[in-house]
Amino acid sequence: MRTARLIWAGWKFHVKSLTLSGFFILTSVIQPIIFASVAYFMFKAGARPGTLLYVALGAGMMGIWSSTLFGSGGAIQWQRWQGTLEYCIAAPPPFLLVIVPLTLATATIGLYSLSATLLWGWLFFDVPLNVAHPVAFVVALPATVIGLGLLGLVLASSFILYRNANALSNLLEYPVWLATGLLVSLSLLPVWVGPISWVLAPTWGVNALRESAIAGNAWPEIGMCLLLGAVYLVIGYFLLEHFERLARERATLSLT
Amino acid sequence: MTNLRVFFVGGYLSYRALFNWMQPTMYIPTMLGAPVFQILFFAYIGRFAEVENDEFFVVGNAVQLSAMAGIYGMAMTIGGERWTQTLSQLMATPANRLPLFLGRALPLIANGIITSAFAFAVGWLLLDVHIDADQLPALAAVVAISAFSCTSLGLVIGALGLRARDVFFLANLVVFSLLLFCGVNVPFDSMPGWVQAVGRCLPLTHGIMAAREIADGASLSDVSNLVWTELGIGAVYAAGAFALFKVFELEGRRRASFESI
Repeated sequence: MRTARLIWAGWKFHVKSLTLSGFFILTSVIQPIIFASVAYFMFKAGARPGTLLYVALGAGMMGIWSSTLFGSGGAIQWQRWQGTLEYCIAAPPPFLLVIVPLTLATATIGLYSLSATLLWGWLFFDVPLNVAHPVAFVVALPATVIGLGLLGLVLASSFILYRNANALSNLLEYPVWLATGLLVSLSLLPVWVGPISWVLAPTWGVNALRESAIAGNAWPEIGMCLLLGAVYLVIGYFLLEHFERLARERATLSLT
Repeated sequence: MTNLRVFFVGGYLSYRALFNWMQPTMYIPTMLGAPVFQILFFAYIGRFAEVENDEFFVVGNAVQLSAMAGIYGMAMTIGGERWTQTLSQLMATPANRLPLFLGRALPLIANGIITSAFAFAVGWLLLDVHIDADQLPALAAVVAISAFSCTSLGLVIGALGLRARDVFFLANLVVFSLLLFCGVNVPFDSMPGWVQAVGRCLPLTHGIMAAREIADGASLSDVSNLVWTELGIGAVYAAGAFALFKVFELEGRRRASFESI
């Protein structure tokens, strides 16, 4: 119960504070709208038949990935710059429970992207907003956020070992958009990209949203999102333990 | 002589001091790694949407990438001075403002050309996009002019940095907007009229059009209208930026706002 309360309070706090950040508004609302518009124009100019809802969902998921990548990738570094990392580690709850609400919040902020691209597409590009399986869609949304949020935990706990974490974030935005099939069918990509896409939550998240919105069975994809989330949680736990031990041994917690 | 020293030495020092990009761990992922994936991303969307060929996306994105250093760089030049609390000292110097700020722009134009050349090489290596060797000098000229005009737009953002506290937000917004309005990944004529109208007032649009025609075999004289227009747009933005620098410098002195973060 205390754990649930801690996660809830932390999540709420971080969602509020990220919502006030101009950078996150840009990443999670304006950038996805611009990319969605480019994609709408490309698909309208192209010869492929199909629904623009496919594009809207993919562009929205791009925003969720961007906010998770930049938010979670720099999560620990931010705490360090703000001088709050020592307090977070010294607090009685495990450090994992302090960081998880933050990474979940960065993925949650990404929901602004999905809402923005769907609304933008509906208003200006005649994107139909008919969801074939509303119940599955409503379940797919939090499952996707949890999957990406816990992937964010892995990013947060591994990027901290790299001095220029923001450079790594800059580098990883486009490849994951591409490798997880957000706007491009995975069948067009080289075969070796397939296994990479399977271990990335956005692949299953966007498929879950598309299956539930356009027609199909979204439940296996929802299950994969949650399963991958559990795997990320275990990996994140060990990486955080490793980071905390190294930081204590080398007295580098407050190193900026 | 002093102006020349401010232009070259000041520009060089500013580039080294303000970027962190001299570190390979920062420069390579941001300036060389991300562009590779940007080109692949849009080329594959093009294949999936069945719109245009790989050359269209390689040329469009390679020229657009010349904008990145100029726009972010100029924003960081002023924003960074504010962040490190050195803007007041900079504004207190008697140095002529023209060489002071144009000197900071020169390394960024060179940086933009390097990024663009790398992007063309990536397009050739990974997507098998061949451009005749005879066309390369003309293409290089267009890229250089586009890098200049984008850096001029970056100068405007830098000038706004004398007044606005969060200039990085604006720089990001402008870079993304160029992707939308300049026909980087969408055939320009297929976009709505108002998008084309905005695009024609921005740097890059005419540069990309010229680069695509050159890649298809046109000579520099064939696209001279487009090239002169791109150059003219760059000159207008540069002049506007200089005027803004003057206005905001006076305003900043009056309001004592150079140290606001």
